[in-house]
Amino acid sequence: MNRGHRHGAGSGCLGTMEVKSKFGAEFRRFSLERSKPGKFEEFYGLLQHVHKIPNVDVLVGYADIHGDLLPINNDDNYHKAVSTANPLLRIFIQKKEEADYSAFGTDTLIKKKNVLTNVLRPDNHRKKPHIVISLPQDFRPVSSIIDVDILPETHRRVRLYKYGTEKPLGFYIRDGASVRVTPHGLEKVPGIFISRLVPGGLAQSTGLLAVNDEVLEVNGIEVSGKSLDQVTDMMIANSRNLIITVRPANQRNNVVRNSRTSGSSGQSTDTSLPSCAPPPEPSLEPGEDDSDEEEDIVIEDSGEPRQIPRAAPSAESLQSLSQVELSFEYGQNGFIPANEVSLPPVAGGAHTEFETRAPDQKLLEEDGTVITL
Amino acid sequence: MMKFRFRRQGADPQREKLKQELFAFHKTVEHGFPNQPSALAFDPELRIMAIGTRSGAVKIYGAPGVEFTGLHRDAATVTQMHFLPGQGRVLTLLDDDSLHLWEIVHHDGCAHLEEALHFQAPSRPGFDGASGLPSLAHITVVLLVAVGDMAALGTEGGSIFFLDVPTLTLLEGQTLGPDEVLRSVPDDYRCGKALGPVESLQGHLRDPTKILIGYSRGLLVIWNQAARCAERIFLGNQQLESVCWERSGHTVVSSHSDGSYAIWAADTGDSPTVQPTVATTPYGPFPCKAINKVLWRSCASGEHFVIFSGGMPRASYGDRHCVSVLQAETLVTLDFTSRVIDFFTVHSTRPEDEFDEPQALAVLLEEELVVLDLQTPGWPAVPAPYLAPLHSSAITCSAHVANVPAKLWARIVSAGEQQSPQPASGASSWPITGGRNLAQEPSQRGLLLTGHEDGTVRFWDASGVALRPLYKLSTAGLFQTDCEHADSLAQAAEDDWPPFRKVGCFDPYSDDPRLGVQKVALCKYTAQMVVAGTAGQVLVLELSDTPAEQAVGVASLDLLQDREGFTWKGHERLSPRLGPLPWPAGFQPRALIQCLPPAAVTAVTLHAEWGLVAFGTSHGFGLFDYLRRSPVLARCTLHPSDSLAMEGPLSRVKSLKKSLRQSFRRIRKSRASGKKRMVTGSKLQEANAQLAEQAGPQDVEVTPVQRRIEPRSADDSLSGVVRCLYFADTFLRDAAHHGPTMWAGTNSGSVFAYALEVPAAVAGGEKRPERAVEAVLGKEVQLMHRAPVVAIAVLDGRGRPLPEPYEASRDLAQAPDMQGGHAVLIASEEQFKVFTLPKVSAKTKFKLTAHEGCRVRKVALATFASVACEDYAETCLACLTNLGDVHVFSVPGLRPQVHYACIRKEDISGIASCVFTRHGQGFYLISPSEFERFSLSARNITEPLCSLDVRWPRDATRVSHRSRESPKLSQANGTPGIILAPQSRDGSPDPICKEADTLEPPEAMLSPMSIDSATSADTTLDTTGDMTVEDVKDFLGSSEESEKNLRNLSEEEARACAILIK
Repeated sequence: MNRGHRHGAGSGCLGTMEVKSKFGAEFRRFSLERSKPGKFEEFYGLLQHVHKIPNVDVLVGYADIHGDLLPINNDDNYHKAVSTANPLLRIFIQKKEEADYSAFGTDTLIKKKNVLTNVLRPDNHRKKPHIVISLPQDFRPVSSIIDVDILPETHRRVRLYKYGTEKPLGFYIRDGASVRVTPHGLEKVPGIFISRLVPGGLAQSTGLLAVNDEVLEVNGIEVSGKSLDQVTDMMIANSRNLIITVRPANQRNNVVRNSRTSGSSGQSTDTSLPSCAPPPEPSLEPGEDDSDEEEDIVIEDSGEPRQIPRAAPSAESLQSLSQVELSFEYGQNGFIPANEVSLPPVAGGAHTEFETRAPDQKLLEEDGTVITL
Repeated sequence: MMKFRFRRQGADPQREKLKQELFAFHKTVEHGFPNQPSALAFDPELRIMAIGTRSGAVKIYGAPGVEFTGLHRDAATVTQMHFLPGQGRVLTLLDDDSLHLWEIVHHDGCAHLEEALHFQAPSRPGFDGASGLPSLAHITVVLLVAVGDMAALGTEGGSIFFLDVPTLTLLEGQTLGPDEVLRSVPDDYRCGKALGPVESLQGHLRDPTKILIGYSRGLLVIWNQAARCAERIFLGNQQLESVCWERSGHTVVSSHSDGSYAIWAADTGDSPTVQPTVATTPYGPFPCKAINKVLWRSCASGEHFVIFSGGMPRASYGDRHCVSVLQAETLVTLDFTSRVIDFFTVHSTRPEDEFDEPQALAVLLEEELVVLDLQTPGWPAVPAPYLAPLHSSAITCSAHVANVPAKLWARIVSAGEQQSPQPASGASSWPITGGRNLAQEPSQRGLLLTGHEDGTVRFWDASGVALRPLYKLSTAGLFQTDCEHADSLAQAAEDDWPPFRKVGCFDPYSDDPRLGVQKVALCKYTAQMVVAGTAGQVLVLELSDTPAEQAVGVASLDLLQDREGFTWKGHERLSPRLGPLPWPAGFQPRALIQCLPPAAVTAVTLHAEWGLVAFGTSHGFGLFDYLRRSPVLARCTLHPSDSLAMEGPLSRVKSLKKSLRQSFRRIRKSRASGKKRMVTGSKLQEANAQLAEQAGPQDVEVTPVQRRIEPRSADDSLSGVVRCLYFADTFLRDAAHHGPTMWAGTNSGSVFAYALEVPAAVAGGEKRPERAVEAVLGKEVQLMHRAPVVAIAVLDGRGRPLPEPYEASRDLAQAPDMQGGHAVLIASEEQFKVFTLPKVSAKTKFKLTAHEGCRVRKVALATFASVACEDYAETCLACLTNLGDVHVFSVPGLRPQVHYACIRKEDISGIASCVFTRHGQGFYLISPSEFERFSLSARNITEPLCSLDVRWPRDATRVSHRSRESPKLSQANGTPGIILAPQSRDGSPDPICKEADTLEPPEAMLSPMSIDSATSADTTLDTTGDMTVEDVKDFLGSSEESEKNLRNLSEEEARACAILIK
């Protein structure tokens, strides 16, 4: 806020860092201890304090070294912002209710000017459609590649997270023949293949599944020896948490890991799939895992819908179950997703929370009334 | 995770042992009438009958309970069967010209019908006709020659071969060619013409050396095989169909293709005889059809019987299936509804008797067996104690009631006796009485109810091996049907020539498809039942021992509840007959409830104690108080966007038609385009290439079968179909008060639970309560996977299913545990879940579809008693999947116990028809006319156990000729145990077999099906045969796929066997 500080910052960033914060048309300058930036909460309070807006919910952004406007909303990105700020940390504060989310994340230098002008003069931007991208904590995964460390490179285990009913899973499977290397030479064996992806469906939007990929397992259960209808039924039964192991038709994008020699990738066409892939983790076993997210909905005579919780062993925890539980327990399945691919959904993640609730509410509207003769 | 590990590794040895004591899979017996019978034989000495089928099955029947099945390796048609009298051996001829010798043999402590030998006629194509050497191709007839254990085989070429029966080897050098016979025929008869195939071979009771040979051209020869000369020759000129040699040997009767039969005198006159003594065309003078078979039976009264099939006037009655019985001046034309396969008479075969004295005539038809008593004037039909044509009208649903109280049983039997014109003595006159039934009298009575397309419900005694008809309930009389075709039938009957008499009960033609019975429920304590039909009619009936004339109260219930925008385009409701109607003794209707719209009833349940009946259709469900005759509740289950359910079945038919039309059009188009190219292509080669291209497999691959992967959504069509309904006395609203509840499950995974307010007065009985029953929606559960709810059951504090109505209050069952927390088991097509009550929270579950890729078709709670311990029993959940496998799960833990491959995956009607009993047995249709009975319980097994006094020489040399062991695994049904008491010819019983006779019967026999009724409740949840779209979808798979599945199935079988080995 004064020159002394700026000199201090310029003199080797030893202790302090200069912060220039803008809210509306007002600028504030102050300094921070670079080595001890503190927590985001404290920083947020400080900003509210220096701008004298103690009770206003705001969004905090900063300009990174490329000039992109990036959000600060947790400790991690706050620390990132502090550590990358050179020499000056430029902070932009917007009121939450009039926040322009589109300003965030634009990552081209060309647009940099525009971004800043947009932020500076939000009125210019009003005519544009209001594309809302939620904050990172509102994101949820729609698909992931899992178990890369235990699967051969030629295989890919894909998890599709189906929330709500708005977006179709969007794929079809068919019978086909697969060529395998066996001790007796090449052999043609029947297999199940992805035959079609529905445009705009979940399967297509993940980019992890493609037409002619061979389906090897569904939620940890091998499909070999099963009919097309059986596999269809298995997939539909698991559709809310579908884990398919495929051998992609396109094998060129496979990641070659260090742990495996190139020779072993040739071996992976072998029929001895179980030897390559160890028995599926228990978490993949449908029915065995108690933590699958599929909870039935019960409407008590009070008319209040709730999801059916699992029976708790003790009586006291039963009481707590009267609350609506909508938490998605994808993190609790006993493994850490090894390569989460979180695609920002087009419609915006903030809506998904809505979508999951929507069926319940619909149900209540439909069935809440009781007709007695 | 740890839990998981333990479960996977740990096959707890104790539990494994217990499982073996509780569960075992057997297909035990086939009930009903064999599908597509093709041959008939009777052994007059043992008085047993054999029926062969087009699929190669051999079935032997004796007295009720004595039966016996074998299956040829090749699924070829059995064309002829011949018993070796008194030996328990039967020779079968298949249409692939192979002969098979079956015998009842002792084997490992129990006996089987085994194929001992087989003989394949050598084909010698080079010698056919050209060299004059006879060839043994196309065996037309077989005759067992009493002397020397020989069989004579007549062939199409006119030769007769002789076969040594004990070894089934051809006796070279004895062959009788047509040339040899022609030598004794006058020249003017020969005319250079061949004699044609051998049509008939007959032996003679008193003179076994002689054979009567009938050739197709009409020539009859009595051939002395010992002297190798023709003793008598009858120069018939009419094409021969069959020949009968009269007992005394003086008369020969021949039947012909022009509908005539001729009687030849064999003892007088010259040889060759040129003219028959009598030749008549019984249904002349207009052209008649052939008389296929003729029998001549003499009587002491001198008035012999002539019995023949066919011979009807071609123009007017050529399509009738008739057997004519003529005695003196009495002629009866038995008019059957299906084709006549064969017939025989039961008569004396002792050589010392002078006359045949036929007692009975048994006629095997395509669809049933009819036996007439020839000794009683009027020749009445004898009701068969088994072989009932289950499909006399197509079976539309079935249900099993176990542990029927003796009182109700007696009332049903007496109602059935009043119904059938036969006196009770009919059972004693059943002529096929061979063998002894060793099975103990069943300790509990099981009733199988089958609903039929014509609106009847048939009651069958399913307690033992023989499925005996008890009573038939017809609901058609209550309604005015479209076509009153009785008049037209009456007109046809007015013609008194030929003297037709309708015999048999096979009548597959339904007056009105709306009469079809969809669901049946019976309360065995109050003798009240519900019958629900295709046009939304729900009928409450009560058993009455006296006939009555009464009007039936009709109430209609709108299940749509004023939903708008829907129109019903399906069939109209049936209009009931108004006013008092006469009802015979038996089940008489008390109330008729009409669902609106009149869609087929898809679920029904009855609670006689509360006087309530609940029913559901594709639109919703209703609850009706039949004591007060007032509706209690109607609830629409339709999803707003489900228009398909509204339009009714007609529009679906239309769309099917449309798609069929489209596919036909596509085929035609491709053909047309193919033709066009062929026309332009001038060269033949090109055309051929194109044809090959068209027929090639590439064409098939153009449209691969693909399946969409999408979770079920709320607005899938037919989501509102009510799949199951259930009454329970349990805790719905709070944990302190239990009370009557009603549960309903739909096709889209919704479960509705209602708390009912039932006035206490109802419990008193007939008194009509003053207050109305009230229903309040207590809970609604939406299963997230939205799969159809197949069954609902409430488990008491000990995890046992609740007893049936009245069972607890009348001390017939252990009272349910009302202290511990109740739980509700909800079985959907994809998974089973147990929820706590009254707070609905998931306790245990098993996701069957996610594991196995199969869907649940039928489930039932059944009690499995242990073989090892008299008192130990477990209640388990038995489940049949769309792949035809039967799985058993523990309750309420829902742990998989065992699974067996039961029905072929492709047999969708078999899977749809399956019904479980409450003691771990089950039935399913293996053909329209046959129920296969199977048991999952190791203890409760109903299988044939019988003895047969057979005599045949048991020399050791024979054994060496045995070609192979019998096919044990491939048998159509299980391996019915027969305990033999064979006698050697010298009369001293075989020591081994004597031992066998005194052997202890298998454990299953010692501990018969008596299972304390207190330990279980009749919880056959949903049993009736509805077919879903998925069923059809399952069926329509590529052939390759089905082959693959068959392979899987057999692998599964092998695995199942491995489990069984102790």
